[in-house]
Amino acid sequence: MNNRLIELFKNKNKDLLSVYFTAGYPQLTDTLVIAKALEEAGADFLEIGFPYSDPVADGPTIQHSSHVALENGMSLKVLFKQLENLRRQISVPIILMGYVNPVLQYGVEKFCADAARVGVDGVIVPDLPMYEYEELYREHFENNNLSNIFLITPQSSDERIRKIDELSSGFIYALSSSSTTGNKLAVEASQTEKYFERLKSLKLNNPLMIGFGINDKNSFQKACSSANGAIIGSAFVKTLSSKVEGAKIKQFVASIIE
Amino acid sequence: MNKTAINYYVDERGYFGDFGGAYIPEMLYPNVEELRQNYLSIINDPAFQQEFRELLKDYVGRETPLFHAKRLSAHYGTTIYLKREDLNHTGAHKVNNTIGQILLAEKLGKKRIIAETGAGQHGVATATVCALRGLECVVYMGEIDIKRQAPNVARMKMLGAKVVPATSGSKTLKDATNEAMRDWINNPVDTHYIIGSVVGPHPYPDMVARFQSVISAEIKKQLKEKTGSELPDYVMACVGGGSNAMGTFYHFLEDESVQLIAAEAAGLGVDSGKSAATTILGQEGVLHGSRSILMQTEDGQVVEPHSISAGLDYPGIGPQHAHLFKTGRGKYVAVTDDEAMQAAHLLTRLEGIIPAIESSHALAYLEKMTFRGDEKLVVCLSGRGDKDLQTYMDYFNL
Ligand SMILES: Cc1ncc(COP(=O)(O)O)c(C=O)c1O
Repeated sequence: MNNRLIELFKNKNKDLLSVYFTAGYPQLTDTLVIAKALEEAGADFLEIGFPYSDPVADGPTIQHSSHVALENGMSLKVLFKQLENLRRQISVPIILMGYVNPVLQYGVEKFCADAARVGVDGVIVPDLPMYEYEELYREHFENNNLSNIFLITPQSSDERIRKIDELSSGFIYALSSSSTTGNKLAVEASQTEKYFERLKSLKLNNPLMIGFGINDKNSFQKACSSANGAIIGSAFVKTLSSKVEGAKIKQFVASIIE
Repeated sequence: MNKTAINYYVDERGYFGDFGGAYIPEMLYPNVEELRQNYLSIINDPAFQQEFRELLKDYVGRETPLFHAKRLSAHYGTTIYLKREDLNHTGAHKVNNTIGQILLAEKLGKKRIIAETGAGQHGVATATVCALRGLECVVYMGEIDIKRQAPNVARMKMLGAKVVPATSGSKTLKDATNEAMRDWINNPVDTHYIIGSVVGPHPYPDMVARFQSVISAEIKKQLKEKTGSELPDYVMACVGGGSNAMGTFYHFLEDESVQLIAAEAAGLGVDSGKSAATTILGQEGVLHGSRSILMQTEDGQVVEPHSISAGLDYPGIGPQHAHLFKTGRGKYVAVTDDEAMQAAHLLTRLEGIIPAIESSHALAYLEKMTFRGDEKLVVCLSGRGDKDLQTYMDYFNL
């Protein structure tokens, strides 16, 4: 089986939209309902967050969705069960995103195998150290044809970005500023421009997706002008109320890409 | 395994045996890496050492006494010394670390200081050194701890710090730590995070242990003066994240004849569901940037701890402690809320010292030990009880 993410970037290299949401939020069984609605609405790929009790890289919106999802009973076991029939319903690439401790307790090897089995294409674990990935887990990712996606920020050195590029497959997740999720971008435009120029000059092998703080059409387009696409998380999660409505999800995506 | 071959200190990769490392998102990497690359050369610089020692002496009031607690000793039928960290400026051991880290932050050119606090002792110690050096200070504190440690909140405010309530999760130390980490992520250039215990990503556990190691360095010297030998039979301390305990153990780690006893908070009892006895209830995992032992569900979600003492109300322990526990070098014991309160009362009445509830956990373990009569024990009295008066008043109907 080909990695859908890598295939996607081969076929489309600009204005890609990825949407993040938390599995099991607002209701435990909403995971696939939301994924389906996002695909129909035109999202190019999806990031499904598995919740953690102590999400240090997340702002209030995703802290809240994670908390509610855990209260609802979401766990990696439950999530993989929900994703059993994923590929009968959804064809866009799927990435799982979450913190390292639940993955360690589940077992990294088993996590990779189960992710691949249900049709997941990539994984983002922001607090998994690069050295540990390289030494201990890379083989499990590669054996299962899973992309491991790394984050970079304006403070990441050229040397480190090159190393990340070397270890990445799929894409590199570029934060437009060092930030927790859902923050309004507070950096000066000139700073951001300098950073994106630096990234361009590095001539990286992997595509770039920009994330954190993208919340509307304007910020989406701006991000797309410096990268292959952009990722929306908190701004989408915020629109989810207690009852998921496909029409509202479509409306939201349309407001970004149309 | 050959026991003498075990390395109890940090290795060049930032690990203590199986524990430690730096499990952090990329947003924290540049700051943590800057610290990792510079902390040893800064700390080992003679000028830094001199300034650090001078401040510990003239500002903090070190060295702290090693007090032969004669009536407590008679009560238990052995010889007990108290290492009086409660007599430090600001009332606890925490200031040893904040003095070290503020000097280091200055060397790194940082302008803004953030910290987490549980009991408020670390927050006060941080706000104090920020006032001393004229740096901006923001302290994160769980909403519940803000209520139960009101005097320390007032002190921090008077010292000019901004106290920000952490309102997520159990609203205690763990959540305050999360908030401080988020602040650091959002302020990646000018800010230094003064972590208050031997937790967090490498190099924090090692760095904080080095700053706190002054405790055991002094104990050795003082014990030698008082008894002719620098080695006691036991050194004992309470463990929240484990900084006073690591400071107390540090220079004894390779003296295998010295038993290291670390008292964790059992809360209402280890089986009560309201406990913070990490080594008994926890498993290996990752919390706040390091691999250690933590209280968690099967699914890897962190369990909310409970202790009557805000400073021990934490679901993990530092990675070096996890290593001492796993190798058997340290003995980790659990002490309940009630046992700690009784021990506080006993010390107060026998020696005229009102201890912090945290420190009382170490004292309480004396009840469970049996003595021949000729042992020498050193108990770290990590802090004074002023901040806990309300809790004591409520508990003892004072
Ligand atoms: C007096 C006192 N002792 C002990 C502790 C626990 O911290 P640690 O385990 O890092 O020494 C605290 C923390 O606030 C404290 O205030």
